[in-house]
Amino acid sequence: MSGGKMLRHIQFWILAVLGTVLLTGCGSEYLVLNPKGPVAETQYNLIIISTILVAVIIVPVIALTAFIVYRYRDTPGNKASYKPEWAHSTTLEVIWWIIPIVIVALLGYFTVRDIYVLKENPNKEVAPMTIQVTALDWKWMFTYPEQNIATVNHLEIPAGVPIRFQVSADAPMNSFWVPELGGQIYAMAGMATELYLQADEPGTFAGFSSNFSGEGFAKMQFNVVAKPKDEFDKWVKEVKGTTPAMTKADYEELRKPGVTDKFTYSAFPEGMFEEIVAKYGHGHDMDYVMEKNPAPAGDKSSNETSLNTHQKTESHNMPGMNHSSMNH
Amino acid sequence: MWENIKDFASTFFVTGDPLIYGADVSIVLSIIAIVFVLTKYKKWGWLWREWLTTVDHKRIGIMYLIASLLMLFRGGVDALLMRLQLAFPNVEFLNSEHYNAIFTTHGTIMILFMAMPMMFALFNMVVPLQLGARDVAYPFLNALSFWLFMLGAMLFNISFVIGGSPDAGWLSYPPLSQNEFSPGPGQNFYIWGIQISGIGSLATGINFIVTILKMRAPGMKLSKMPLFSWSVLSSCIMIIFAFPILTVTLALLFLDRFAGAHFFTMDGGGNPMMYLNLIWMWGHPEVYIVVVPAFGIFSEIVATFSRKKIFGYKSMVWAMMIIAVVSFFTWAHHFFTMGTSASVIAFFAISTMIVGIPTGVKVFNWLFTMYRGRISFKQPMLWTIAFIPCFVIGGATGVMLAVAPADYQYHNSYFLVAHFHQVLIGGVVFGYLAGIYYWWPKLFGFKLDEKLGKWGFWFWNIGFYVCFMPQYALGFMGMTRRYYTYGWDRGWADLNLVSTVGAFLMGIGFIFQVWQIAYSIKNGERDTTGDPWNGRTLEWSIPSPAPFYNFAVVPQVKEMDDWWATKEAKANGTYKEEPAKLEPIHMPKNSGIPFIMANFWFLVGFGFTFGWVWMAVIGFIGVFACMWARSFQYDTDYYVPVEEVRRTEASLGRVV
Repeated sequence: MSGGKMLRHIQFWILAVLGTVLLTGCGSEYLVLNPKGPVAETQYNLIIISTILVAVIIVPVIALTAFIVYRYRDTPGNKASYKPEWAHSTTLEVIWWIIPIVIVALLGYFTVRDIYVLKENPNKEVAPMTIQVTALDWKWMFTYPEQNIATVNHLEIPAGVPIRFQVSADAPMNSFWVPELGGQIYAMAGMATELYLQADEPGTFAGFSSNFSGEGFAKMQFNVVAKPKDEFDKWVKEVKGTTPAMTKADYEELRKPGVTDKFTYSAFPEGMFEEIVAKYGHGHDMDYVMEKNPAPAGDKSSNETSLNTHQKTESHNMPGMNHSSMNH
Repeated sequence: MWENIKDFASTFFVTGDPLIYGADVSIVLSIIAIVFVLTKYKKWGWLWREWLTTVDHKRIGIMYLIASLLMLFRGGVDALLMRLQLAFPNVEFLNSEHYNAIFTTHGTIMILFMAMPMMFALFNMVVPLQLGARDVAYPFLNALSFWLFMLGAMLFNISFVIGGSPDAGWLSYPPLSQNEFSPGPGQNFYIWGIQISGIGSLATGINFIVTILKMRAPGMKLSKMPLFSWSVLSSCIMIIFAFPILTVTLALLFLDRFAGAHFFTMDGGGNPMMYLNLIWMWGHPEVYIVVVPAFGIFSEIVATFSRKKIFGYKSMVWAMMIIAVVSFFTWAHHFFTMGTSASVIAFFAISTMIVGIPTGVKVFNWLFTMYRGRISFKQPMLWTIAFIPCFVIGGATGVMLAVAPADYQYHNSYFLVAHFHQVLIGGVVFGYLAGIYYWWPKLFGFKLDEKLGKWGFWFWNIGFYVCFMPQYALGFMGMTRRYYTYGWDRGWADLNLVSTVGAFLMGIGFIFQVWQIAYSIKNGERDTTGDPWNGRTLEWSIPSPAPFYNFAVVPQVKEMDDWWATKEAKANGTYKEEPAKLEPIHMPKNSGIPFIMANFWFLVGFGFTFGWVWMAVIGFIGVFACMWARSFQYDTDYYVPVEEVRRTEASLGRVV
């Protein structure tokens, strides 16, 4: 096969495949490319910027490859110049050291800017609502400290309100991901990580675990339903009136490995999330998230949280050194 | 008693799956066949003398190559099984447990038991020849490295039929890989299989650094050393810094599992994130360890098949050395989503992007080596050309992944899966295949058939894009790696089916290559010149296949691409023939100790895997006995007499 023919083959296939992917793309099933909230929006913009910047390299390089391979192929009568000893050009080399440096610098600027942006509440006008997320084997438990309700494997949130997720696990590591609302955060035992997400409009959004956690991992999917604020409040009220309260025993049952259906609870043991974090905790990671916005004190007088507060202070002084005082 | 045996057997042997029974039968049959053939043709002695005890780097290279091709087959079958499972929604072909075991072994095998040995095969096959050396610095250690790799790989592989395969992912993150969530021997197989072969890898790294620094032919300054040898040096530097981390990490994980320690457990003060940090401090350099030698291979091939000097030699060397250093400052990009502070994420995002700079420079240099050259499309060059667009796209998606906030959306998704397969297949596999095609005649004395090779090439390449381009899209659709099944409702079905078709096309490509090797053994074009590609470096100055002592006369190097310069000088008539002075050649003696010692290591690993301390103790005693025996072995080398050298050269058509 001649060089030129081969090259056309290569190009044809690359273009055909890329074309298929891109043309079928951008439908609603392309969750990442369908941002439905400010966080996903920021990330989407960054994806577009980075795609354009890398395309600035990819496209000319592939075109150049095609041209050079065709132009300098070894066929009889090829008139292109042949300079077997030409192997250095300071100008050229300086150019292609500088091009990627400039691109990386640009990309680095946008990257760092948004890393800091995404650490903060995406909507400064509205106070965030807190939801605590616990990854279990193999289900998601959501506790709402402000409403004192809990759900399993489904999540309802008010639209237009930034949600501050505190994420932990009572099981191997998972990752909490709702692509249409924004990128993910790991759920890890003994740590509470933090992720802000917001849905701009009502809708149902797919949520996933994206870090492998064993047998039932593929089933750790859930839906996030965003509702207008008043409907959300109505839903909370309904949950309060119609569903059972979660007890410690219920939780112990829930955390056993296995796949379960959706559940809703009208209440949960106070400070449960904090306790789950503290159970494995080295403390300091939890403090970071918890101190910034401690869960509001409930009206029930449970003494389980007081223990946590105590441990928290202690562990802050001596991170990682306080295990003997832990009450497993 | 009978009950006990039955009990034991039912946990010891993996049962209950037709695939496993198939494997059992095929293992037994192949063992019987091998034993039968060796006995019938009285080849046991030959096998022992010529192969099991050899310290010849070329033979060790060939054994690495055979092992890695077998592992490529095994890892490839794993891949096809996974793609079958994912071809349609709600497929019941593999259950979750089995699927988890398969992707775990696929990843581990492809990186550690396919890419690494194929890389070591090329190191062994080429580096001493390229340097004008007669062997590596430590031939005995080299043999030991191979056998440690081999027995480690075997230990890992038997988990499929004995005890059960590991299923916690290819890097075995705790707490999932702890006893609590992964009971049974699977994770122990993982730990010991990798541990034993990893020690071998570390030794190889040391061996080749010393070889490159101390064994170069007189006159070959570092600034004149071929780029493949430079890439090996860069890779080996990374090995000696990265592999000790792996050794320690796995040892700690084993202590957790075996001795109830709490390094990485969820409770008792353990910290699983520590494991992630440690394993990626090894794991990220590891991918550069395997890809940098491919860069070296491309550099050699591009120059040879463009009939032109490599462009920007110094830039190339600097680029590889920068990669070797920066590779150690990127590991945390594997867990951008762990919620650490913004400054940490920013640091690792930028350092990861920085790797793209030297890599980009290399691509331009390859292109401008072709520029004003004369490109011939032989198999090694085909793979090199195919590598460029593939790697450029893969590298670009890598830079996109380094954009941390965007990574929050790609992390662990199929976008990532597509990216790393694109750089690892496009970079490493294409590179090593190119290298194998290129140096094959030097080792075996014949070329691999062009026509079958081109069929293989096109199936691989088309299959590659059909398989992995849809996976980028699947990532955008929210599909996460390691899902063993999915529903119709997600809209992932079409692209998954396309991807599966692509995987099978690549499988067909591999079959063509196997056919190609088998066909070429009989019908391949014999290489009588020793220089079938009109090469530039020293390995092409000696006959093919290379005699066991490599160079009858140690070459005096005057220039970069010395062999090319010699040929030019001969053509212009300016070449001054110096009378060759043959001297007895100093060579190492074969030794059975590496093979025996590695078998004792296997015993150690197998014993610990099942918690049989007595067996591990026997293994350790054997290991130390081997070390003892070697320490007191003084008769380890000999001289090849001049007459024998003369005879050998004559039989290869050379007069010295």
